[in-house]
Amino acid sequence: MSSRPPPRRPPHHNPQNRPTQSPAAVQKTRGATAAGTTFTQRFQSYREHHKEVALESLRRLFSTPLPTLMTILVIAISLSLPAGLYVILKNAENVSADWDGSAQISLFLRFSITAEQGRNLADELAQHKDVKRVEFISREQALGEFEAQSGFGDLIKELGENPLPAVLVVYPSVTDLGSAQGLRNELAKRTEVELAQLDAQWVQRLYAMLDLGQRFVAALSAALVLAVLLVIINTIRLAIESRRDEIIIVKLVGGTDAFVRRPFLYTGLWYGLGGCLTALLLVQIVLWWLQGPVNALSELYSSKFELTGLGFGVSSLMLLGSVVVGLAGARLAVSQHIRSIEPG
Amino acid sequence: MILFNKVSKRYENGRDALLNISFELGQGELTFLTGHSGAGKSTLLKLIMLIERPSAGQLVVGNIDTAKVGRAAIPFYRRQIGMVFQNHQLLFDRSVYENVALPLVIAGYRPREAGRRVRAALDKVGLLDKEKQNPIALSGGEQQRVGIARAVVNKPRVLIADEPTGNLDPELSAEIMDLFDQFSQVGVSVLIATHDLGLIARYDHRLLSLNDGKLISDGYDTLEREGAY
Repeated sequence: MSSRPPPRRPPHHNPQNRPTQSPAAVQKTRGATAAGTTFTQRFQSYREHHKEVALESLRRLFSTPLPTLMTILVIAISLSLPAGLYVILKNAENVSADWDGSAQISLFLRFSITAEQGRNLADELAQHKDVKRVEFISREQALGEFEAQSGFGDLIKELGENPLPAVLVVYPSVTDLGSAQGLRNELAKRTEVELAQLDAQWVQRLYAMLDLGQRFVAALSAALVLAVLLVIINTIRLAIESRRDEIIIVKLVGGTDAFVRRPFLYTGLWYGLGGCLTALLLVQIVLWWLQGPVNALSELYSSKFELTGLGFGVSSLMLLGSVVVGLAGARLAVSQHIRSIEPG
Repeated sequence: MILFNKVSKRYENGRDALLNISFELGQGELTFLTGHSGAGKSTLLKLIMLIERPSAGQLVVGNIDTAKVGRAAIPFYRRQIGMVFQNHQLLFDRSVYENVALPLVIAGYRPREAGRRVRAALDKVGLLDKEKQNPIALSGGEQQRVGIARAVVNKPRVLIADEPTGNLDPELSAEIMDLFDQFSQVGVSVLIATHDLGLIARYDHRLLSLNDGKLISDGYDTLEREGAY
């Protein structure tokens, strides 16, 4: 661009004693006849040039639709895989946040507590703000249930004594695991209680699995983003090779490195953007496809669960990230190859 | 406009392509540069375009000492030189107009000003009616004229031509030479590298002869022309 004069150089010795002009001065006089004299005009011309290059590189991509589509699809699939897994994880988290009282706390009472005292305790706990309902199971009931379920009734009779404690089954009104655990700890401190146990293992296991899943998605994302970067580097490298003659001519008629680089950087940007938009579309299509069965399943569990997509924030972040990866890939390819393409 | 002062070029393999070359090309002067292949013509042109750097001596082009032009300044330096190539070096993925406009797009001209200059250059070489065509559809002589239009569209003060009539018959060569004459008459310094002795003999321009990297003659004498080889 004429807007960037070379650094001013000191006047040099000329053996023929001819007045010489510094390159900067030459640049100045030429610049005046070029894009326009004011900075605004030059900036405007620069901006127009950028717009043109951006559209031209887009046109180039469309002029070879099949190879372009294949590259875009490779990028899209690489991006939609972690994006899809992320959606699954997010929905699984929603399910677990919605476990809604399916957890319960079993309070095993000391043997010294009578059935009367047990019932009183149940009534008392039912008043607690975090408790929805309390069920009292006396030692006799427990024994009866055990006999009926296990078939070891005769064995127990031989012991001569009921080995089972009375149990209070507490249904918490709180729905998150943390509060339920807090309630369990509070109830465990009561003197009547021998042992308090929160039966929410499946929620805990789910949380552990989700944590694992998140790490897996993160690692997969990193690997696939790297793959996208390599795909873009290779595609741009081929584009540079195919325009080798043009690059040499442009350099011979005074094109700067930035001028040569520009169309390829835009190509990278379009690949990143196109690949990401296609990936978002793929994820959305899969979600639509799953919507029916998920709703049916959710109804069978009489749950209000609804499938959620990537959301605006995450989608925008993905778009931004893809554009950055596209530009970075193009920049890496260009800096590797364009310097090596010189006239000569 | 072009000043070679004891310029030598030794390549990395130790071969001396040019040895102690001194000559000066004034403003508006038209000069032939000749010599058998390998005599150093190409190297001399590459030095002027800063594709190669001199190993010794001073080279001044358009009042700019080339030794002081850093890598980042080379593109701006090249914009003051028009170059015509033997194989035209046109781009066949765009029209004649876009080929000629390339140096102006690079220099950041606004489209209207660029359009005016491109049409003036195409008019000068007589191809104004072919601006929308693809250069691949043009004849060899026409392609060379597109190359010349591109070389002069930026109004350079120095015009370098490498075998510009290489593949053309004498009649077309004469047309091309006429163009170079006209440019030199408006003050452009023109240096034409050629081994077309017939072409050289038909004009009485100054002649620089290279042999084995040495400048063996410099003048207007036709006897020297014959002795050049």
